[in-house]
Amino acid sequence: MAFVNPKTREVQIKIVYYGPGRGGKTTNLEYIYNKFNHRIKTDLVSLKTHGDRTLFFDFLPFDVGKILGYDVRVQLYTVPGQVKYDSTRKLVLRGVDGVVFVADCMAVVRRKNILSLKNLYENLSDYNKSIFKIPLVMQYNKIDLAEKGIPMLSPQILEKDLNAQLKAPSMVASALTGLNVIKTMKKIIMLTMPTVQGQLK
Amino acid sequence: MALVVNEQQLNDIESVLQNDIIDLGVSCVVLIDMAGNILASRDNGSKKHDIYSLAALAAGNFGAVSAMAKIIGEDEFSLLFHKGKSENIHFSKIMTEFLLVTIFSNEVSLGFLRLKVAEAVSRITEIFSANGSP
Ligand SMILES: Nc1nc2c(ncn2[C@@H]2O[C@H](COP(=O)(O)OP(=O)(O)OP(=O)(O)O)[C@@H](O)[C@H]2O)c(=O)[nH]1
Ligand SMILES: [Mg+2]
Repeated sequence: MAFVNPKTREVQIKIVYYGPGRGGKTTNLEYIYNKFNHRIKTDLVSLKTHGDRTLFFDFLPFDVGKILGYDVRVQLYTVPGQVKYDSTRKLVLRGVDGVVFVADCMAVVRRKNILSLKNLYENLSDYNKSIFKIPLVMQYNKIDLAEKGIPMLSPQILEKDLNAQLKAPSMVASALTGLNVIKTMKKIIMLTMPTVQGQLK
Repeated sequence: MALVVNEQQLNDIESVLQNDIIDLGVSCVVLIDMAGNILASRDNGSKKHDIYSLAALAAGNFGAVSAMAKIIGEDEFSLLFHKGKSENIHFSKIMTEFLLVTIFSNEVSLGFLRLKVAEAVSRITEIFSANGSP
């Protein structure tokens, strides 16, 4: 749930990057952090295992400047994608305002994408939120691997698997090279802002 | 949906944080919600902490500890406190949605702090209830 502070005229919005393990959620935040290093006053907070897998969450606060006279601060989080971390994954979703679903384009993980989306649906429902109503952007990540000859899921297949009913804005991306990483973030902010705009005066 | 607290409520909350907590000798106090948003904060100017990261971690930590409590059949743990060599941190839940995070040095006794935090928590609860929101 976003917080609007009428005194400091600041809005805080919580965006969560969700998706299967190793899909590239943390890499998205790392790219944003490195790219905007000069603008971000704090460190990227990462609670991870020795093997670099997210254990609880990554956290990156990001000032996006003024919208309608309010300073907008976006709090970016990632969840741990591994199936076994469902209890902590669910905690991170608490109070979420917008979701980026990071799907993995590699053909071998087709099923994992679908299961993770189903898990998002369930965990949102537990907070009385609907996946059909929450601002959502679909990111089809690791598109750079196509050039390496790795068997890939085409955007059409991914659309059919994940987005046929949701019809969320979607885009291919490469968190590693940065392709569409910032575009994804801008898109989710644009979708999320109207949900709090009614409270701004 | 957004959480809206009006300016009067924020002013009242800030004066509770200042008068009941900071003036005790506490170095920093932050009121957050369970999503990790910061509603209000006050410090004594001695040290600058990264309160945004602190809020995200405190909300996550509180969620994890509550989930552990449920697993072992407790509703909630009554004392949430971490002790360091010179700085300590104390957490106190306010209604269902909020958390008061207090950072204080060893010069403040834990017993006294808990008493004062409990008073502040009931004042803040009243402030929230006064306007019917949130
Ligand atoms: N080639 C390629 N590799 C990527 C891309 N994005 C992420 N990776 C790699 O995939 C691996 C997993 O990335 P992470 O960002 O840690 O994945 P995650 O979704 O955070 O995984 P969990 O924390 O376990 O949920 C790392 O080795 C990344 O370097 C991409 O766009 N292209
Ligand atoms: Mg990760």
